[in-house]
Amino acid sequence: MSQTASVSPDAIKSAAEKLDAHVREIVDWHFSPDTGTPFWLGWAKKAGWDPRREIKSFADLTRFGHFEDEWLRGGPVRRWVPKAYANKPTYVFETGGTTGIPKSRVVVDDFRIDYEMLSETLPDAQFPKGSNWLMLGPSGPRRLRLAVEHLCQHRGGICFCVDLDPRWVVKLIKRGAMAELKLYSDHVIDQAMTVLSAGHDIKCMFVTPKLLDALAARLEAGGSSIEQSGITGIFCGGTEMTAQWARFAVEELLGPKVYLAACYGNTLMGLARARTLRPENQYKIIYHAPQPRAVIQLVDVDDNEKAITQHGQTGRVMITTLTKEFFVPRFLERDEAELEPPCAEFPWDGVSGVRPYRVFAATTTVGVY
Amino acid sequence: MIHFPILRWGEAYKSLEVDKVFHHATGEQMAEVSQANAGLIARDMRQAARAREVLREIPCKELLAMCRKAGELFTSATLPAGDGTQTPDEFVKCQSATTGLPEHMCRFNMGKLAYVLQNLEAILSSLTRGLDFDILSRGYGMENGVMRSYQAQTPVLGMVLPSNSPGVHGLWLPIIPLQIGLVLKPGPQEPWTPWRMTQAFFQAGIPKPAISIYPGAGEVGAAVLSHCPKTLIFGSTATVERYHGNPAVQVHGPGFSKILLGDDEVDHWEKYVDLMATSIAINSGRGCINCSGVWASRHTKEIADALAQKLGPIKPLPPTDPQAALAAFTVKGQAEGINQDIEAALKESGVEDVTAKYRGGDRLVKMERCDYVRSTIVHCASPDAAMVKKEYMFPFATVVECPQEQMLAKIGPTLVCSAITKDAKFSRELLDARHIDRLNIGALPTVQLNWFQPHEGSIVDFLFRARAYQTV
Repeated sequence: MSQTASVSPDAIKSAAEKLDAHVREIVDWHFSPDTGTPFWLGWAKKAGWDPRREIKSFADLTRFGHFEDEWLRGGPVRRWVPKAYANKPTYVFETGGTTGIPKSRVVVDDFRIDYEMLSETLPDAQFPKGSNWLMLGPSGPRRLRLAVEHLCQHRGGICFCVDLDPRWVVKLIKRGAMAELKLYSDHVIDQAMTVLSAGHDIKCMFVTPKLLDALAARLEAGGSSIEQSGITGIFCGGTEMTAQWARFAVEELLGPKVYLAACYGNTLMGLARARTLRPENQYKIIYHAPQPRAVIQLVDVDDNEKAITQHGQTGRVMITTLTKEFFVPRFLERDEAELEPPCAEFPWDGVSGVRPYRVFAATTTVGVY
Repeated sequence: MIHFPILRWGEAYKSLEVDKVFHHATGEQMAEVSQANAGLIARDMRQAARAREVLREIPCKELLAMCRKAGELFTSATLPAGDGTQTPDEFVKCQSATTGLPEHMCRFNMGKLAYVLQNLEAILSSLTRGLDFDILSRGYGMENGVMRSYQAQTPVLGMVLPSNSPGVHGLWLPIIPLQIGLVLKPGPQEPWTPWRMTQAFFQAGIPKPAISIYPGAGEVGAAVLSHCPKTLIFGSTATVERYHGNPAVQVHGPGFSKILLGDDEVDHWEKYVDLMATSIAINSGRGCINCSGVWASRHTKEIADALAQKLGPIKPLPPTDPQAALAAFTVKGQAEGINQDIEAALKESGVEDVTAKYRGGDRLVKMERCDYVRSTIVHCASPDAAMVKKEYMFPFATVVECPQEQMLAKIGPTLVCSAITKDAKFSRELLDARHIDRLNIGALPTVQLNWFQPHEGSIVDFLFRARAYQTV
């Protein structure tokens, strides 16, 4: 479906109705004594109202206020596992965690579902089915490594992975150990080069923007290039990505034959895919949440209760996760962005220009790997 | 609206990301500046050798003549400014508008840079102790019957430049005639000087592939540092500490410049009040060479009082006023933070804001879009007070009571030390003090720079390595 085709009012209305119905289903699930999540059942008891009766639409979620990220720090982690999934094999993924207790999220299948949905949007010509992948991004307690590996397997390939510890990278940056940082980056790229040179027929790759810069530089220093290494499709994300970087990557690192797909994701929300990057659109990176499983909204940076509704306006990112595994209403992210209108492929609002929220930007080490 | 593109070896490149620069008082947008991404610098630096090659095709003497011409153009010509043009007067107004520095100070700094360019040959001769410049170009040559060889340690010098003190640009002007290319990362509020100087260089005949300009955020500065073999960086004490001992980085931070009154001269302190006031307040106290500490063993209360009477009443004036002596703080919250820091340090016993009684108002002056911090002289009864280690970007100084025999142990790192003394033993100790960079013995303001002498190390020594070379 063309992304530039105009979106019909009916499609927007239908998506909104689907979202409302989904909200009712998910709230019912998480607050049901049979299937519900211990955390939310306890929360409802204290709150003194029954979400199952009172939440009829997405708009009603304001009744929950804002999800507090402190709730995700520390255990017992089982309180986040819905009763219906109590006996299922469960993963825990973490965010942050350079210092202190990280936020953690339990997952059964969500990361697989998210990435299978993403898979449907990848062009087969550049992400050929059955081809092998290289995962060049954060590993450890993050979901990204397993998710990319699943994406690759779902498409019939085998995924090679390189170890990368972003918490160590943040520590290096904080103590100004730039020489060590360079060594660590070199160490990561060394491993990638080894994998790429080993005859594994790797055609697709997940990589963060900074590591793509470094890998392209290393390949070119050796007289090669991303294209000549055999890579045809790059799925990029993990850290802040600007339109300028995307343009630079396409024009100077990749060339016209290598496809760049961008995503904005995190452990709590899942994965928001960007519309195809186009030079005629100034490489603008517009993300749309995988509605109805997750919703991205913007709120006024000074008054978080006030929603941004005008397209083009700037606001703080607020996400809502609505899956049977995880319910997170109205979580204020550490990012800000501009609101974008719906399009034919995504008949709901998107966001562009995602960057660290100005209040946190001065104190947060971001975009490190 | 001026748009400043990125310059990639002299070629304009318009980024998809721009930063807007505003007038500190009116809020008017003065320019938009293309923002580089780090990878772009990494990529361009693979061609860095070309910058030196194109400069080596031109003899040093000719480059010096071009620099002289560039100095004239910088101060007098209408030059390209991004996608438009700019007269010298427009340059001054724009620089003042975005940096908060009064216009007459911008004009003064402009003259200072022109002076350096006019006198580059003499400055370089002095920094190289009269070395034949062709020896630097060729890499070797005979001098007084001895073979000399100097090897450039980098094809380009990277620079992470500040927003607050346009005068510092004088430090990088001698680089081009040394046949080393320039990689400039301008300060966010001061795109004006790097751009205008570059255009003056180009019009004077300097080859475009010798210079790159990469405006951008922190990651761009980091990329300049990591991809240029030699970098000159301006920053805070934390920046200085981070790069201390790194032979690839020459770091310029707070100067903590001081005036020491020797016991033999301190009883005549009144003679030096103007010198002290000038050292503290000129250029609105923004420079690393501005004095931030006056040290004496006695009369310190009277000295502080005299300085406070002189500087305390100075009020903020519009940047167009030729009498304006205070620069505006254009970064939101910065002035307030400084004021809070001073207030916290004033709580210590024996630490007194002497200017308070002469100021006739608060230290912090908040305007609609910018703030001012009014001159502050603080008397410290002990050299161990926390306030003694403070330095800020406005006319601020402590007057510290300290026995002469303890001064050198207590003053800490000092960029410029003006020691007013005729005491031979004290002078000897000052000469030997390794924590003092520029040493003035006698009644010299800390701000009186002699450009013919090295500043925080010779730039020539930083860029070239003397080595053995033999041939048959």
